[in-house]
Amino acid sequence: MIKKLATSALVALALTTGGASAAGDEGHIEDIAFSFEWPFGTYDQEQLRRGLKVYTEVCAACHGLKYVPLRTLADPGGPHYTEDEVRAYAAENFTIYDEELEDDRPRKPSDFFPTVSGEGMGPDLSLMAKARAGFHGPAGTGLNQLFRGMGGAEYIASFLLGFNGEEDEVAGSVLYGNTAFPGGWVSMPPQLEDGLVDYDDGHNNSAHHMAEDVAAFLMWTAEPKMMARKQAGFVSVLLLVLLTSLLYLTNKKLWAPHKGKQLDL
Amino acid sequence: MSGIPHDHYEPKTGFEKWLNKRLPVVGLLYDTLMIPTPKNLNWWWIWGIVLTFCLVMQIVTGIILVMHYTPHVDMAFASIEHIMRDVNGGHMLRYIHANGASLFFVAVYIHIFRGLFYGSYKAPREVTWIIGMLIYLMMMATGFLGYVLPWGQMSFWGATVITGLFGAIPFIGEGLQTWLLGGPAVDNATLNRFFSLHYLLPFVIAALVAVHIWAFHTTGNNNPTGVEVRRGSKEEAEKDTLPFWPYFVIKDLVGLGIVLIIFFAIVGFMPNYLGHPDNYIEANPLATPAHIVPEWYYLPFYAILRAFTADVWAVQAVSFLTGGIVDAKFFGVLAMFGAIFVMALAPWLDTSSVRSGQYRPAFKWWFRLLVIDFIVLMWVGARDTNFPHDWISLIGATYWFAYFLVILPLLGLFEKPTTPPATIEEDFKAHYPGAAE
Repeated sequence: MIKKLATSALVALALTTGGASAAGDEGHIEDIAFSFEWPFGTYDQEQLRRGLKVYTEVCAACHGLKYVPLRTLADPGGPHYTEDEVRAYAAENFTIYDEELEDDRPRKPSDFFPTVSGEGMGPDLSLMAKARAGFHGPAGTGLNQLFRGMGGAEYIASFLLGFNGEEDEVAGSVLYGNTAFPGGWVSMPPQLEDGLVDYDDGHNNSAHHMAEDVAAFLMWTAEPKMMARKQAGFVSVLLLVLLTSLLYLTNKKLWAPHKGKQLDL
Repeated sequence: MSGIPHDHYEPKTGFEKWLNKRLPVVGLLYDTLMIPTPKNLNWWWIWGIVLTFCLVMQIVTGIILVMHYTPHVDMAFASIEHIMRDVNGGHMLRYIHANGASLFFVAVYIHIFRGLFYGSYKAPREVTWIIGMLIYLMMMATGFLGYVLPWGQMSFWGATVITGLFGAIPFIGEGLQTWLLGGPAVDNATLNRFFSLHYLLPFVIAALVAVHIWAFHTTGNNNPTGVEVRRGSKEEAEKDTLPFWPYFVIKDLVGLGIVLIIFFAIVGFMPNYLGHPDNYIEANPLATPAHIVPEWYYLPFYAILRAFTADVWAVQAVSFLTGGIVDAKFFGVLAMFGAIFVMALAPWLDTSSVRSGQYRPAFKWWFRLLVIDFIVLMWVGARDTNFPHDWISLIGATYWFAYFLVILPLLGLFEKPTTPPATIEEDFKAHYPGAAE
């Protein structure tokens, strides 16, 4: 009887946990060693520039970055282009409707990346790398994020590389099989193929590299102040360690006479 | 102010005497700061300072965030991104404020469990305990209201679910929910009133904190032995106590420093760990997230809310007896608030003659089980409600109520406590044999 109960409990456990992934609750996310992980991690400026190029030539057709000001492309800690380069990039790639001119004009660094919406268009990508968590376990505690990070950039890269070639037609629209996407089917067709974007720095432009580069770029659009934040974190922690050490010694000396202890200070 | 005899403020200069006759504020500060404090307090007693610090930190960062935030459904989410990208130091301010809420709750839970273990709620400190519970309730409300302001998906759907709880109240629920929301659904009116109340409640908390401190300065602090400070004379009291300043201020600051090192490491290196990714998606009333999960600090009580489903016999019995007025949903709401209510009743449910758990051999085990129960409930509150999570929630919720309603009253009758030391001085000397008179 006990054995039967235990078996059924195990089966139920397997069904619930396994059932979740079978239902596509969590897709398969590949862990990638990005340069910006861990307290000392920083953005790789060259990688962000390559990622921007992938975004501009591939993603931008259907996805906006409406919260990202174009001028921030010149910020240190980001792609760090010169102001002239940013001006040229904005003008070459994007237009905006100007109410004063009553016409479209090229975008300026003071404008934002475009807002893209409408039939067949995808979600805005400004914050996508923070709006997805690649890792959730074990048992839903999220503890593995302590070691692998939230996994937002990993999710994006795994998603871009996760197309398995299957297609399905549901209610007149085509869905594409994707091993990273929750549920396993997505309406976005596969995009990246080897050699699609020519990198200015001659870097390897396999689909795999492009996916990682654009994922890193989108991590930057989601968290542009990451480097400043980590620096502030370091300064705070160091100063607090110093302050706490001094307080600890003060406390020890203060209490010593009352605890009947001799101190060699 | 204190019942423990000690030196009081004596105005010395002409100005001090002049002021003291008109407004004895210096005396009030002096007596508050110099309050005799049991000298055997251990490190579990630092969390009061941590909590006070949290309140100040949240108010200060919050006031600055308000200068850049726009409480409108079309602009709130974008204004947060404005803070994160354009405001000088805005990303740090926001991360400190968001993670500060978590630190606040870590501290309050340790503070509450410290009180539960050392019997700090017992006579004569019932009023301190009740005020503390009110502060905790206000904190829950403030945290919830604040989480709605970024207007992300979890903000919106969390607000929908939680205000829906009020909708479960029979007869008046629906009207009450509409009144709370300012309309039929969570919308701009809701965001505006939540913003207003999120700004108001911290000041209510500050006032309650003052009363909380006033109350325990009247009774004196509890301490690990649960033995009261001797109050026969000032000399006697001085054997058991040291003044709060500088002894406990410096000690508490050491504790606060260690806590803040960990806190700033989290803010600096993993500020989104405790948040939910879905809140980086702007609120969309047309798209429900796959899982609506409250913030971690509500999870134990959220688990209790969800534990009592319609197939639990107790729910069925209550539903039958009330002619269906108390259905499973309302039962869950009652259970959730009841879980905090029974905790508030602890002073009257605990029948033991001994105050501190250190001298209660059986109590210790039941208490440890309660801590584990709390952590398990926190974990299961974030899981789906399929087997075995439904059973774990139900067992966990049952133990929570059993601890307060059955175990605490019965333990006092059956447990044989060991003997606490006669005085605090004796306990202190047992720890520090070289301690002078």
